[in-house]
Amino acid sequence: MSATTVDTNELVQGKQPSPLQRLFSRWPVKLALLLIVVIWLIPTLGLLVSSLRIKAITEAEGWWTFFANPFDTAQWTLSHYSEVLTGRGFGNAFGNSLAVAIPATVIPITMAAFASYAFSWMEFRGRQVMFVSVVALLVVPLQMALIPLLRLYTQGGTFLGVTIFPDLDLAGTYPAVWLAHAGFGLPLAVYLLRNYIGSLPSSIIESARVDGATHFEIFTRLIVPLSVPALASFAIFQFLWVWNDLLVALVFLGGTPDVQVLTMALAELQGQFGQFAHLLPAAAFITMALPLVVFFSLQRYFVRGLTAGAVKG
Amino acid sequence: MSTSQTPAPARGAEPPSGPPREPEEATAVQNVGLTLYRVAAALLIPIVSLAALWFTFDWLRDTDASRIVVVVVAVIVGVFGVFALYYGMDKVTDQLPERFQDSVRPWVFVGPALTVLAVFLVYPAINTTLLSFKDATGDAWVGLENYGFVFTNEGMLRSMRNTLGWIVIVPTVSVAFGLAVAVLADKLDRGESAVKSLIFLPMAVSFVGASVVFGLIYDFKIFGSQTGLLNGIWTALGNEPVGWLSLQPWNNLFLMVIMVWMQTGFAMVILSAAIKSVPDDILEAARIDGANEIQVFFRVVVPSIMSTIVVVTTTMIINVLKVFDIVFVMTNGERGTEIIAERMIRWFFRNDHDGRGAAIAVVLFLAIIPVMMINVRRFQAEEEIR
Repeated sequence: MSATTVDTNELVQGKQPSPLQRLFSRWPVKLALLLIVVIWLIPTLGLLVSSLRIKAITEAEGWWTFFANPFDTAQWTLSHYSEVLTGRGFGNAFGNSLAVAIPATVIPITMAAFASYAFSWMEFRGRQVMFVSVVALLVVPLQMALIPLLRLYTQGGTFLGVTIFPDLDLAGTYPAVWLAHAGFGLPLAVYLLRNYIGSLPSSIIESARVDGATHFEIFTRLIVPLSVPALASFAIFQFLWVWNDLLVALVFLGGTPDVQVLTMALAELQGQFGQFAHLLPAAAFITMALPLVVFFSLQRYFVRGLTAGAVKG
Repeated sequence: MSTSQTPAPARGAEPPSGPPREPEEATAVQNVGLTLYRVAAALLIPIVSLAALWFTFDWLRDTDASRIVVVVVAVIVGVFGVFALYYGMDKVTDQLPERFQDSVRPWVFVGPALTVLAVFLVYPAINTTLLSFKDATGDAWVGLENYGFVFTNEGMLRSMRNTLGWIVIVPTVSVAFGLAVAVLADKLDRGESAVKSLIFLPMAVSFVGASVVFGLIYDFKIFGSQTGLLNGIWTALGNEPVGWLSLQPWNNLFLMVIMVWMQTGFAMVILSAAIKSVPDDILEAARIDGANEIQVFFRVVVPSIMSTIVVVTTTMIINVLKVFDIVFVMTNGERGTEIIAERMIRWFFRNDHDGRGAAIAVVLFLAIIPVMMINVRRFQAEEEIR
């Protein structure tokens, strides 16, 4: 650290210490952070290593022994992944998870976006009361809805003698799960989107009205494009929520093996008294793959969605 | 529960063709007609969607179509079907006499959401409450018997004690860690976002996935070399291996660790944003007055982000109240690890006692309400500032 280096640094960027100084400055902070990050990563690292090592080794010794000889290629294998995907039905379950999660995300968003537009920009009686009622439904935990919904799906439903829901034998089908997730996701979706859509400048909507645009045109050409950030953050939140959900899938799809989703397949594999213990890490990684891709590619929206999802009931 | 014998599809097809024509008749009938149309508009989209979905699936099931076809059709029907229905309904409304259109159209937009909410949240919530006063099959009234069970059964009482432990320990530890990481990372010259991403990463993982991850840590073998990390360390220190998940009451703590691992990132992200919004001049003023960094943190930063800390904590309490997967998969609620949400599934799903399951759900609901109230109010206040 010669005096001249410091001088030029000061000239260019104010008080900048040399690279070496920077590396060792605040070392307690860095050490503490490093420790926490390492602790947080160890579980995932263990999973990754275990998923890639041959059965004989994972069953005989701890995953951390790979540190001793990481370049011994005889221990590494991808066979667990192929066995899980084809032999244990995870390939199928991956498709099922997609078939459940995509519509279960799009249906509530579409309904909520239309409703939010009406709540924000259309005049009608009872508008405020309705919006408040929808928001109030945030407090209903989905556990409250499981039993009656399963009964609706398997036996149909009557309310005060009127058939409100025909007996469609929906249990074990995708629509059963889509609609349930749509119902559970709607209050939050309406709440968030109404806050966002309602805060768009009224001058845009009014001038579009003056130009003769219908509500439907304003909605599709103005509101939807302008609301992309809010729509995206809710979409990611809802998608991951559905993708990672075990409860709803278990209740409405349970007992029908060919429609089972990833979380169910994983829980089932785990419940087999250790018989498939060597396959579990690879299986778990397959269930995590898509969320991780979503996480790293759409982190900004993801954080926003989770923050907003703080009030989900 | 009576099984309805009405032909299902016909109900879906009826409303659109009937009511819309009525408004053109006499003035007295107009109001009734308009109301009918509004109701029809609200019901049509959900009913037609449901019917379309159901028929498609019935057909696909019968034809033994390949899985990929089913998935693709599911996505197309689910994604485009709903939007197409709104479009169609809007076009139908355009055919009405012009003076009625404005009073009817909002219902086309709002109605479907309200219908879905009514059927999938309001009706079930009422029904669950009623069921909680009925017996195992939901046929006979039993008064408060189920609630008596909830508050006297040994496993239930244990589940409440455990849940109390969960809602105290998990949010406290997660918020403490999250706050620590947020503050420390804030002081880094670079690499802050990398650190935060890595801590936040477990948020993207499902509870079941996290259970598998921690299975590798808590694994226990009676003899031979250990495959679980915790026992690996424990035996390396010269101790006998321990079955961590059978070690009462500590096994509850080991399950909570999983939740802390997953939720700390959430606390960190939100608290980090709050810390960055504390004005620099306040911090500078405190430093000039001779406060050291620790004093600045506890006397200036923490008080100014207190409302955010409350929101994060309450949110986590709600999350913790509802989590059932971790316990369900790791210990199956055995060995003294019961929690309320897990009990509910056990009584409803495994033990087939709808009444008790419903009563537990109602208790859970009542526990969530006050916490959620705090949360919604805070969120509302923050939205207004934003």
